Amino acid sequence: MSFQRYDYDVIANWIEPGERILDLGCGDGSLLRYLGEVRQVRGYGVENDPERIVACARNGINVIQIDMEQGLAGFDDGFFDHVIMSLSLQAMRNTQGILREMLRVGHEAVVSFPNFAYWRHRQAILNGHMPVSKNLPYQWYDTPNVRFFTIADFDALCEQEGIIIRERLAFDEDKVIIEEPNFLASVALYRLGRA
Amino acid sequence: MTEQSVGIVAPQTAHFDTPLHLKSGGVLPEYDLVYETYGTLNASRSNAVLVCHALSGSHHVAGVHAGSGAVGWWDNLVGPGKPLDTRRFFVIGVNNLGGCYGSSGPNSTNPATGKPWGADFPFVTVEDWVDAQARLADLLGIERFAAVVGGSLGGMQALSWTLQYPERVGHALVIASAPKLTAQNIAFNEVARQAILKDPEFHGGHYYEHGVVPTRGLALARMVGHITYLSDDSMDQKFGRSLRHDKPVFSYDVEFEIESYLRYQGDKFAGYFDANTYLLTTKALDYYDPAFDYDGDLVAALSRATADYLVVSFTTDWRFAPSRSREIVYALMHSDRRVSYAEIDCPAGHDSFLLDDAQYHAVLRAYIDNIRI
Repeated sequence: MSFQRYDYDVIANWIEPGERILDLGCGDGSLLRYLGEVRQVRGYGVENDPERIVACARNGINVIQIDMEQGLAGFDDGFFDHVIMSLSLQAMRNTQGILREMLRVGHEAVVSFPNFAYWRHRQAILNGHMPVSKNLPYQWYDTPNVRFFTIADFDALCEQEGIIIRERLAFDEDKVIIEEPNFLASVALYRLGRA
Repeated sequence: MTEQSVGIVAPQTAHFDTPLHLKSGGVLPEYDLVYETYGTLNASRSNAVLVCHALSGSHHVAGVHAGSGAVGWWDNLVGPGKPLDTRRFFVIGVNNLGGCYGSSGPNSTNPATGKPWGADFPFVTVEDWVDAQARLADLLGIERFAAVVGGSLGGMQALSWTLQYPERVGHALVIASAPKLTAQNIAFNEVARQAILKDPEFHGGHYYEHGVVPTRGLALARMVGHITYLSDDSMDQKFGRSLRHDKPVFSYDVEFEIESYLRYQGDKFAGYFDANTYLLTTKALDYYDPAFDYDGDLVAALSRATADYLVVSFTTDWRFAPSRSREIVYALMHSDRRVSYAEIDCPAGHDSFLLDDAQYHAVLRAYIDNIRI
């Protein structure tokens, strides 16, 4: 899943110059590269896909190959200013565990995910098929996604886990959605903190 | 570009007559270092890469020796078009002090006595090797290495370079290594040493004078080592329980193929390697612990470093397990060093670092290509 430009800008706006950043599921490292350029961050990515590790090395990004499902043991508490997980949370099994870990090693977490309740997805289901779209580009039989949730679901999880939502932005493609985001937004971005 | 060999290479010898003060308190009044180079040092002398060898390695990293036809131990990594591309880099391999391939060591002549050093050769450490390598760099006019690369014990030298001479290293590639040995690792080394020390032909390390070699002890030491360099799976795949006579014959001669392999490897090794070098080198491994002077705080120990790092481990390596590499990675990260870490899924155990596994070499190539010279 490739990052959209609007995600980059939103995330960059939440980050101060020179911060320590951890990007979980960093792909080929393009977000970290962008944040390096515009925010001069000291960035590290986490990946477990061999090809993406090579891509990060090629992009000159610090990348650490570990399995995030095992948590972030080895990372000191509060070492990072922001821990980012961009469009990867839905591919993690241990959702609560990783959210806790993100807020342990970082002062704030930035999370984005595809909203499964987006109206086009609802329409697909009503028409009898699992949704396939720009943000959910996989068929049901080959998707890496293992958790299917909505903006409303995520809000409820944060409430339950005592996670503070400091900011939330919802998008339909590159358009900001203010009204009815759980229906009209395809992607949501959150800035999260501890209580 | 297809990968090529650097071709025929020949070692060179550098003599040093400025005494080298060793960590053990000993002093080497003068010494030789044997080395090889591949590629060309550029005009700004910015493209030099030092390759550090492990326990049984040598200066012969790449290419072929004219007489013996011996191929360098890391020939799959170093050469034109290879991940460490000699069209771009000037690569140096050095035989470490205490070695047995031409650099001053127990089997070379003690200038004070005119006889082989034997057991009187002083203890050398990873730090001493790095100091000696730095003097060779001075001699070759290399102010700063673009990178220092090593696997296993060689990785310890690469790491140590960035702590002892931080301003002289751009990148360190620390492969299949550890920040210090575990008790289990030291235990394996101790078994190997005892095998040598208890060989009746060891003669307190002065076997040269007796015209004998403690080959039985050295072969045993190598057999133990070999077990730890392979993974359970790879050994099982290679040898399984294959029987030479297809059924048990109730004998202590070779029956299982693994016995044959270990005996062969042990005897071969004992035929060319020096037992005193083996003793010294395993002790250097055991002593290495950069955090020792920092109450075990590796982050504090690494705070002097300024290099960028690539750390690589192999999933089936239980001698230098991935968790040991991760210790280095996290300590570097918490020291705000630039560091990348790849954990290569390769079945061959510790020896994986010498192979040309596709993912392993892809990571090395991608990282090395980004090294600015």
